[in-house]
Amino acid sequence: MSEDCQARSGAVVQDKTAFMVRREHRLLSLIFILALFGVWELIVRLGLVSPLFLPAPSAILITGYKMALSGEIFRHIGASLWRIFWGFSCAAVIGTLVGILLGFFSVAESIGNPIIASTYPIPKIAILPLLILWLGIGEYSKIAVIGLGVFFPMVINVYTGVRNADPVLIKAAVSLGSSRRRIILKVILPSALPMIFAGLKLGIGIALLLVVAAEMIAADAGIGFMILTSADLMQTTKLMFGISILSMLGLIFSWLIDRLERLCIPWKE
Amino acid sequence: MRVVIEKISKTFEDGSGGQTEALRDINLSNEENEFLVVVGPSGCGKSTLLNIVAGLLPATSGRVIFEGIPDTSRPHTAVVFQEFALFPWRTVERNVLYGPEERGLPRKERREIAQYYIDLVGLTGFEKKYPHQLSGGMKQRVSIARALANDPWLLLMDEPFSALDAQTRTIMQDELSQIYEKTHKSVLYITHNIQEAVFLGDRVAVLSRRPGRVREVIPIDLPRPRQEQIAMDPQFLAYADQIWGHIRDQAKEALAEEGL
Repeated sequence: MSEDCQARSGAVVQDKTAFMVRREHRLLSLIFILALFGVWELIVRLGLVSPLFLPAPSAILITGYKMALSGEIFRHIGASLWRIFWGFSCAAVIGTLVGILLGFFSVAESIGNPIIASTYPIPKIAILPLLILWLGIGEYSKIAVIGLGVFFPMVINVYTGVRNADPVLIKAAVSLGSSRRRIILKVILPSALPMIFAGLKLGIGIALLLVVAAEMIAADAGIGFMILTSADLMQTTKLMFGISILSMLGLIFSWLIDRLERLCIPWKE
Repeated sequence: MRVVIEKISKTFEDGSGGQTEALRDINLSNEENEFLVVVGPSGCGKSTLLNIVAGLLPATSGRVIFEGIPDTSRPHTAVVFQEFALFPWRTVERNVLYGPEERGLPRKERREIAQYYIDLVGLTGFEKKYPHQLSGGMKQRVSIARALANDPWLLLMDEPFSALDAQTRTIMQDELSQIYEKTHKSVLYITHNIQEAVFLGDRVAVLSRRPGRVREVIPIDLPRPRQEQIAMDPQFLAYADQIWGHIRDQAKEALAEEGL
């Protein structure tokens, strides 16, 4: 193959799909975010915007630090987390069970689907006054509204997951001697796991939204309450810090669910 | 033990009241330890027949009888599907363990059975792999091991190698032939591949298409164990030609219909 090294001239074929290779620009992401905060800080420092409307990032951080020292912020975060935890976990379990029932048993499907289809579109926050009427203004009505919000995406996702379970896998299980109950446990449930997690991811976002909304309507603690009272008192830095806490909570929740998903679905490529 | 397929007919009804007659009056028997191959053009209802024997589809009329089964603890059938049908969330070992688990065998016995069949199909060392980490040929080996581990009276194989490439297919045919020599299970094997039918079968039942009927049952009088080279044998070619003679017109018909 001595020809290989010979000098040649002519048009060399180029890779025309080079632009399709997607690379990660981690450093760029970081630099851009830092720059954004830098410009924001600068605008406020130069007095272009009143800190009453847009406080500087540094001011928000300092406020956050003070609130952490006094423990005030933890009281609010704790109250919100407690409501999310109960509403979310109850709805996740019940939603999964109902989704499996609807997906597997045609009787349950015929009864349940019209009810779900007609109640799903109701904005859950619109039911909160009714829930307060029923359950009182305390924690139960807030937990219930979060639960309702999480329940629907769970049911719909799990139902879809169960319905999409590969029929040939069910046939394989039947031919290997599984009863119907065993098939639900050993084939349907693992088949639906990816969709269960899709439901959880949707649900946690909705839970965060509803907890804030519920706390703004009636509460004496919680992030939503804190944001609303800060706005009433024109404490914009406190308000902004509350919003940043929500952003962080959202990130932490989805990270946790991702980790849990990888733990529960080790066969996923 | 003898499996008798008695006057099986199957008619499918579609939603709009139309009817398709898939099988008509199928009479076949699978003797003990016999490797029976059903071959036919596409649309002859051969997979339908297998599903009926497996109890995965009701026949419109007729019945399937397992004669002379001494104890009831062993399952009648186990199926090897064309699509492998492995549980993606179970490792190789746990896929093979599935049947013994469902039969409620003690843990130690299950493990021994699973390991025996994993070794038999040549997957030693791959026990902890997930199906998506395996090639098509290896997946089908897992599926064969899983079916055998359940110790069925009759092993059903529904075009098990047709999703594989030609080279892998040849290798798998050879290995299946060796596995058969070792286990001497009764097998009902569905395929559209004539070479495969002659290579593997003790008898080959040729089905016509739509409605599927048994045209002829041809005993394959070739010595066992069979190896790849047997495909050059004049006797082998004569059998293949005989079967092709039954099928070619109908295969062409099928092709024309699909083209419509």
